[in-house]
Parts: sequence; C-alpha cells; structure tokens
Amino acid sequence: MGIISRGFGGRRRESVPGLPPGQYLTHDFPVLSAGPTPRIPLDRWSFTVATETGEKKKWNWQEFTALESEDVTVDIHCVTKWSKLGTTWRGVALDTLLADVETAADYTMVHSFGGYTTNVPMEDLLDGKAWIAYKFDGEDLEPEHGGPARMLIPHLYFWKSAKWVNGLTLMNDDEPGFWEAAGYHMYGDPWLEQRYQGD
Amino acid sequence: MARAALPGRLTWRAATLVGERRETPSARTLVLDVPDWPGHLAGQHVDVRLTAPDGYSAQRSYSIASAWDDKTVELTIQRVEDGEVSPYLIDDLQVGDQLELRGPVGGWFVWREKQTAPVLLLAGGSGVVPLMAMIRARGTAKGKQPFRLIYSVRTPEDACYAQELSRRVRDEPGLDVHFVYTRVSPRKRIDVATINSYGWPADFTPDCYVCGPTTFVEAAADILVALGHDPKRIRTERFGGTS
Amino acid sequence: MNPLDGNAMAGDLRELFTVDVTAAHYTCAGCGHADAVGALILWGQEMGHVGRCPTCEDVVLRVVTAPDRVFLDLRGSVRLELPRTGS
Repeated sequence: MGIISRGFGGRRRESVPGLPPGQYLTHDFPVLSAGPTPRIPLDRWSFTVATETGEKKKWNWQEFTALESEDVTVDIHCVTKWSKLGTTWRGVALDTLLADVETAADYTMVHSFGGYTTNVPMEDLLDGKAWIAYKFDGEDLEPEHGGPARMLIPHLYFWKSAKWVNGLTLMNDDEPGFWEAAGYHMYGDPWLEQRYQGD
Repeated sequence: MARAALPGRLTWRAATLVGERRETPSARTLVLDVPDWPGHLAGQHVDVRLTAPDGYSAQRSYSIASAWDDKTVELTIQRVEDGEVSPYLIDDLQVGDQLELRGPVGGWFVWREKQTAPVLLLAGGSGVVPLMAMIRARGTAKGKQPFRLIYSVRTPEDACYAQELSRRVRDEPGLDVHFVYTRVSPRKRIDVATINSYGWPADFTPDCYVCGPTTFVEAAADILVALGHDPKRIRTERFGGTS
Repeated sequence: MNPLDGNAMAGDLRELFTVDVTAAHYTCAGCGHADAVGALILWGQEMGHVGRCPTCEDVVLRVVTAPDRVFLDLRGSVRLELPRTGS
C-alpha cells in the first residue's frame, strides 16, 4: 500500500560510503537479546574447547585473562541494519586459544551461558579474524553487551559474535546455531548481504 | 461486537486521523477512521507502520483505547522520550493524515462481556489504555461485573482519562478506581497493602489484567500470585517502552 | 533489554494464519507447561520473535520475518492447540 508519512524521519540514520550494502551508521550501541541476560560471577566462568574426538581443553577466568591479549579496533555490522565503526576491544585471539588443540574440524559451534549457539567455519576463527573479547572501550565488558566475555568476529554479521561465551565445539560437519535454525543465514557475510537462508 | 476478525489473513490497511484529544502533557488520543474495520474486543491492539519518504519504515504496537462503537478506533499514544514513532504521532500527525494499520490483533489479553467474574485491573502508566477499553466496553454493554482499577501513575497530571473515570465511577455501579502516585509525596508503589485494600480477595476468583512497563507488570503479577490469585486468571501485557 | 509477552507477536502471526495463534495453547517441550501463546515471554524482537516458556525459560517458538518469507520454528513446542472458529 505504501503510505508515505511526510515529516516522518525515523531514527537518525546515515548511509555513509564504505558500509556494507543496506547498512546504516549508528553511534550508540543497541542491545539485542534472545533471552534474559545471564550474570556470571568470574569465579564460575570458564571456557571450554571440545574437539571432534571429544578431547577438552578448559580455561578458568584467571587462566584465560593470563593469555596474551590484543587490542583491536574494528567495524561491526548487525543484521538489523546498524553498523558501528571503529569499536575498540581487548581480547584473546582464537589463534591463541586453538594453538595447541589437535583438530581437523572444518566447522565450529560457539556456545554461551543461557543456551545461545551460533555456527562459524573454523577458518573464520583463525588468522587474526576472531577474538574472545572481555573489554570494550577500555572498560570491562558489561553484561548487556556480553560480559564477562563475548565472541568478536567482525567480518561476519554481529549475531555470530555470541555474547556470554563459554565454549566452542569443533565439528566435521556444519550445523545451524540458534538464529541459523530459525531462518538466518548459515554464514552471514555482511558484504554479500547474507541475512536469511538462501540469500 | 463479538465478531473480532474476518476470516482470512490480516493485511495492512489505511487509517485516517479524523479527531484527536490531548489526554496529558505527554499523551494524545488519535481517533481513526478505518474503512471496513471488523470491530474489536477490549484489550486488543493494533500495529502501526510509518514509512519515511526514503522508504525507511518503523512498526509499533498500540493498544486500542475505545470500545467498539461501529464508527472509529481510538489509540492513546504515550510519548517515549527519544522514541522515533510516538513523537511523530503526538506532534506531527494531523487530522486528515493517513497511516498504515494492522489489526485488531491479540485474542488473549482481552475481556469479553460474557465473562461474569469480578475483574481486577492493574495499570502502570500508559498501561491503562487497554484496561480503559475494558471499562468502556463494560459501560457500553451496561455490564454488571464488579470492576476495580488500580492505576499507578507518576502524578495526577500524568493520569489519562481522569475525568471520564470519575464520571463512570459516579454513573456506573460496581466500578471502583484507586490511584497510586509514584512521584507525589508520599511516593507510593503498588504493593501488597494496596492490592489487598483496593483489589479483590483471591477467594472471589477475579479475572486479573495487568498492563504497564515490564518491571511494573512483573512486580504486580508476583504480588497477585503471593496473595493467592490463580496464575491462570492473571493476564499480563508488558510495554517495551521503545516506541 | 526488557521482554514483552507473546501477545506482541499477534499481528505478525495474523499475517500468516487465519486464526489468532496467540490465543492458542502451547505445550512446552522442555517442561510440559501448557498455556496460551500470548503468555509466553517474548525476547529478541529486532531479529525475530523468541517466545520462551514462563516456567522453564526454554524457547517454545521462534518467528523470523524476512522481506519475502517468514520462518516459524516450533521445535520447542510438543503441541499447539488452536481454536477452529475465530476468537
């Protein structure tokens, strides 16, 4: 039908050059959540990598934050069409976490406190493309943004950057995570606008 | 009036603003003419869609404030500071303007005249809107069901429909209204004592409707359950507050 | 971020179904709790509707709306009981 409301601008949105197709620039940090925000005491936090053969490697908070960390500045792109440029994080590269893990798996499933999951190919986690971040903008990561620690995979839509991470399962075959099972794209490249299955 | 919807799927339709009222400094009632409106039940809502000239569109849900009168549909819009839709609907939409509307929808948070149980309405702020539709539907039907409304609002100036409520309390036997002011000394919140004094005892097995911001709804529903009300008779509608 | 109730997805579901699904009764696959779809706790509105059981918080129903398609995921519900006549 398409009634145009004259004078209706909606939220201020800038379409700046250099953004992936269909994205608008935002300056705040919208919060999206598929469930209640878990509050995880640091002494109960852990991160576990489980390989395709069932071997497990686990870090508690102290061990995790003792690992070599990196400061990264990246652009992030949410599938709900906002993009945020030049966000600054500190975290541990997945290269570091997976360095001593024996695996031939091509796929991974990221797991979170609260039950959220998302699938990411192994090669998208390696070579400096992904981190588990625990600081944002110089501060401890707030629970609503995924604290104590969240995945940061900036080259994919931001639902892949799971909040409240607690583990990674390595898999021989690709499987859908939470949103992927409900219709979102298995890979989610913002530059190819891979929002929904079949895009 | 019982016929809430025509068979078939719902689509968006054009609605025209034919009247308006200022309810409070931050709330405006829109009177809309919607061709072929099938009628609605008290408590139902509509989705409103606005589209900007560049194609950007935003969609929000609003409760229907009016009882069905065979003519118009009224929505009361509460301003959300920094919101993107409510300021437009309150400040910019003019009589004669059109918007897109989908509804009526929601067959769960509704009150039907055929319900005979006493009714307890708990409103937090603009959560009063669908509850007002229930009070109006009872009035239109000259219903005898005992109704009690406890209306939590910041100040008397922020209360919607205050004059109409006092008129209805005077003219319609069995309707009681109690206000709780959260920003007027002594600052009050809806609590066990309030619901005990101004609600219905759980023994009366009232139908309870709770509507307002999430924190209000969860607190009020918890109190009702603690007072022995059957959770199956408590219906809630949370407002997200992002409009 | 605050959740809403299942009520809030009534409009999106009425674009798909000729009956009001929010008045239908679900049975949660996680805990067996049964109630109206309108009573689910609703999260995730921006990406899609995520209806969680108010008793056990398991996901009962998900609705994702793409420009040209809608995905309805019911794996968290063992049963959906719908009225055959309107309201």
